[in-house]
Amino acid sequence: MNWLESLTLKSPAGFWNPLLWLLFLIIFAIIGYIIYSRGNKGYKPNTEQVKPFISGNAVEDIEQIRVRASDIYWGFIEALKGYYTILMRMHTGDMRDYVLWYLGVGAIILFILVGGV
Amino acid sequence: MIEHLPALMIAVPLFGAFTTPLLKKNYKAAAVWATLITAVTLGMSLLLVREVLIREIMVYVFGADKPTLVLPSGYRVPIRIIFEVDAMGALMALSATLMSFIGALYSYSHVRNETGLEKYYALLLLLEVGILGMVLTGDLFNLFVFLEIAGIAGSALVGFRNYRGEASEAGIKYLIVSSVASLMVLFSIGLLYGEYGNLNIAYLSTQIGFNTVDIIALGILFTSFAMKCGSVPTHHWVPDAYTEVPSGINPTLLVATYASLYALFRVSFSLFGKVSSEMSSVGWIMCVLGVLTMFIGVTMALVQKDVKRLMSYHAISQTGYMLLGVGVGLAVLNDPAKLAAFGRDAMAGGIFHIINHIIYKSLLLMTAGALFYVTGTRNLNEMGGLARKMPYTTVAFIVGAAAISGIPPFNGFASKFLIYETAYQLNPLLAIFAMVTSVLTLASFVKVFASAFLGPPVKEYENVREVPRSMVIAMIILAVLCILFGLFPNVVLDKLVYPAVDALLNLSGYQTWGGVL
Amino acid sequence: MNNVILVNLPFIVVALLLAVGFYTIGFKRNLIKVVIGIEILEGAVNLFLITLGYVKGAYAPIYTMAPKEAVNNMVLPTPQALTLTSIVIGVAVSALMLAFAVNIYEHYGTLDVTKVRRLKG
Repeated sequence: MNWLESLTLKSPAGFWNPLLWLLFLIIFAIIGYIIYSRGNKGYKPNTEQVKPFISGNAVEDIEQIRVRASDIYWGFIEALKGYYTILMRMHTGDMRDYVLWYLGVGAIILFILVGGV
Repeated sequence: MIEHLPALMIAVPLFGAFTTPLLKKNYKAAAVWATLITAVTLGMSLLLVREVLIREIMVYVFGADKPTLVLPSGYRVPIRIIFEVDAMGALMALSATLMSFIGALYSYSHVRNETGLEKYYALLLLLEVGILGMVLTGDLFNLFVFLEIAGIAGSALVGFRNYRGEASEAGIKYLIVSSVASLMVLFSIGLLYGEYGNLNIAYLSTQIGFNTVDIIALGILFTSFAMKCGSVPTHHWVPDAYTEVPSGINPTLLVATYASLYALFRVSFSLFGKVSSEMSSVGWIMCVLGVLTMFIGVTMALVQKDVKRLMSYHAISQTGYMLLGVGVGLAVLNDPAKLAAFGRDAMAGGIFHIINHIIYKSLLLMTAGALFYVTGTRNLNEMGGLARKMPYTTVAFIVGAAAISGIPPFNGFASKFLIYETAYQLNPLLAIFAMVTSVLTLASFVKVFASAFLGPPVKEYENVREVPRSMVIAMIILAVLCILFGLFPNVVLDKLVYPAVDALLNLSGYQTWGGVL
Repeated sequence: MNNVILVNLPFIVVALLLAVGFYTIGFKRNLIKVVIGIEILEGAVNLFLITLGYVKGAYAPIYTMAPKEAVNNMVLPTPQALTLTSIVIGVAVSALMLAFAVNIYEHYGTLDVTKVRRLKG
């Protein structure tokens, strides 16, 4: 089993063996396929079944109502509004700030290293 | 020829860079010539890796009778420019040449309709020369010269599309940041020269002590190289530069950033090895910078609309993982028990993450370039439903997004696994930040996938087709590498990464030029 | 006391020039002034390198037709080589920065740093 040992990545508290992972993937895929094949076979594509249903109201043009990239994480961004306002104020895009941050970080690192802390 | 490999690795791309502008009339010939030169350099770097693994350190002295004549007769200090290649330098050289080859292959189709292409390929080869010089050298002033070459060539390429005002803005921002960092590096090189009278890294590391001027030089070098590798809070130039550069240069520009990370490690472990093994504050500064970089990078990435800008914020956040991994090793350098227990594995995780990140981030940025080539825009709000029309790009994107989030069996998982476990043993809070960052990374890539590839097809992009063949080949090569490195991480770890870690920790081997004395 | 200041005068000038250079880059609004600030920084670092090589009462490091007492009494030549390299690199950087500034003026219509900010956030 020497080649099996050579494929295992050992870390201080565990291990990672890709062949073992592949074996489990195949077993779970087979179980999933068995469950899928016992499902309802009444799906007819391109009929009334696949159109969106909004409680009988008229469905608008897809361009108006599709979810765009900026709206996907609305809840997360609203919840962290305070953090994001501070962060956006840090990122001004002004090229003088790029050098001023360098001076600030340099001063802090020099202070820590020369023995202030 | 094997003896002269370190010099040939600089000479061949430099020769290519100076002959490419001659092919002004025929852009296809310039592209093929550049791809040929980068392929030859890639072959030479594989030979170099093999040599360095056998010999441990390869030394090349410029201008001497034999390449290994470090101390000519009668001299007690080295006086010529010396290239000193150990396993860490060989690993970075391999990734630099591989990424330049992939970039040249991708650029064959991506920038086909632009003008001035002979300058584009000449600058790509010059950028590669700059990176290779930085990682192969053993002399401080040589490091400065190649750092400047990489900075100037890189910023000229960032401003390549000069019909857009934003490209010149990004170019001047990158150039200002690069010049300030390089001038401060030269200042501290001057400080060290004024004290000890020599510029050789190995010789200086035997002489450096704990006086204030040396600690000031360490502080200035640390901050300047931390700015050049894109750590927070000096990261502001990274999104601007990575967004405006043409996507074929992105792999090489990424390796230029990590060559500065290599220079940071060389300064902390080899040049100031005596200082770092006594003061653990150097390692703790690197850990704290790493955690800050990770978290701020990923939270800024979640709110971006421009797909390449989102991916460059992720590049910043993954740099935090490398700083954290190697910082854990640097912090426990004075404690041999902890170093053997988890320090060495943490450094292996950090360095393995460098090469993994270069592979999957280049793959992701090239898929973003493919999206730009096909739709003409980088705004995610306008794209939609492109998965049916661009199948190869979609598969490549899925592989890259799974790799960056640390999902098995891709290569991101193998290195992040090592970093989580070892950072936990230094301080549990560090591992918590690392895991939360992974989750937010997956969240933002789900956002990109859902808005650009899934969803209903948009009317404007009804007739788009798959991108040209050379771009697809470049992306598929990197995707295959992602899968291979993830399934067989032990091969890469034993052959490339652990020798690099041991080379960084083996200060006495570096100081005696690999026993050539 | 006076002698200490006089002997270390170049180093004091280097520190002043570094301060002036960083002030110009950090607090001036015109893009050309920011570029000039970088050139001031470069001048400061070059002056620092040259000053490191000074030996009191020594001669220029040239062997051709050197006077007899100059043979073992020369100023260090290595910092002079380092400074020449740095000056050439500085020329290339300044030329490229000014080329970018010309292109920015053409596309944005202004050289005010607070208005050249389309890439932000």
